[in-house]
Amino acid sequence: MSTATLDAAPSDADAIESFTVTLIIRRFDPDVDDEPRWQDFDVEMFATDRILDALHKIKWEQDGSLTFRRSCAHGICGSDAMRINGRNRLACKTLIKDLDISKPIYVEAIKGLPLEKDLIVDMEPFFASYREVQPFLQARTMPGAGKERVQSVVDRARFDDTTKCILCAACTSSCPVFWTDGQYFGPAAIVNAHRFIFDSRDDEAKVRLDILGGKDGVWRCRTTFNCTEACPRGIQVTQAIAEVKSALMRGTA
Amino acid sequence: MTSTTIDSPRTPAGSAKRRGVNWEKWGWVYMRVSGVVLLVLIFGHLFVNLMVGEGVKAIDFAFVGGKWSDPFWKVWDTLMLWLAMIHGGNGMRTIVNDYARTPVLRKVLKGAILASVVVLIVLGTLVVFTFDPCPAVSADQAHLLPSFCPAP
Repeated sequence: MSTATLDAAPSDADAIESFTVTLIIRRFDPDVDDEPRWQDFDVEMFATDRILDALHKIKWEQDGSLTFRRSCAHGICGSDAMRINGRNRLACKTLIKDLDISKPIYVEAIKGLPLEKDLIVDMEPFFASYREVQPFLQARTMPGAGKERVQSVVDRARFDDTTKCILCAACTSSCPVFWTDGQYFGPAAIVNAHRFIFDSRDDEAKVRLDILGGKDGVWRCRTTFNCTEACPRGIQVTQAIAEVKSALMRGTA
Repeated sequence: MTSTTIDSPRTPAGSAKRRGVNWEKWGWVYMRVSGVVLLVLIFGHLFVNLMVGEGVKAIDFAFVGGKWSDPFWKVWDTLMLWLAMIHGGNGMRTIVNDYARTPVLRKVLKGAILASVVVLIVLGTLVVFTFDPCPAVSADQAHLLPSFCPAP
């Protein structure tokens, strides 16, 4: 057996301390509920467990109807962004030890996108604005035959931060401007536009700047830094938005 | 042969209707520039009115009349009025854009903001430039004039 836990009953001396953690989860079943409701669950957790483990424990042992998205469970697929104790986090990157477990932990779906069931929201509006900024390389020149497009280390570093985005929607769904009417592109779309606007191999920065310079573009950003704080990848989102603004001011990337 | 022109591929999205001044951009710039200028104007105004000399006790009709007889303060106050009203109006417009849900409500609220900004700016500017503490009045109304006015 490769897993060392659970099989051999550990002696009391070296037993790892576990805690009873109360999770209060905002449930919503569209077939039954008119309004979302809060439901609490007690789970036995270790300090090194994650909120995702707690959700699994609930789903596997207590209530199989609990619905949430997760895929890789290691903070890279961006499926399990949720609002944990009022902050947008990835459930798979939030450790029990980092939360105050003397109080219940509140878990709910991210805000600003249509709630579908329990912790699942409709991500389509989010991806629609992502698609709108043309997040793909558009080069007018061809690399030499058999060659790749060469980019200097400095040119690559220019947009390094925004390549880290995993499209989890934690930033966009933490943005108060996005909450209000959903017309705003949202931080994630701007981050992904930034990634190509400042890419030396890309030639269509002007097109993306035109898109983002419009009525629902970057000028609606109120620099509240919610997005930077929410980003599980540590992207300086507000700074990226400000860089797009100043590119618009200069008229060129 | 007449025909509709088909845009070449990768023509900037909506370039046809977006040509011209980018008002959102200049609105954003205006908020920042006017904010910095207002910081100086407003704190200068407060300092001169409330702290210099006798301080707040000095403020009366004569004080205001005295200030507005000086072109420097006329320009200062007019600048403050215009910058602050447009700054505030644009801020309110932003809030309406964020929170007003229906297009009709949006139009009504923005119209009300525009109207109040325009009325206040026009009235304020009129007062600053036409203010005369000692207007020419008939003799029977002379007692209404402030005491510092020269006797008619």
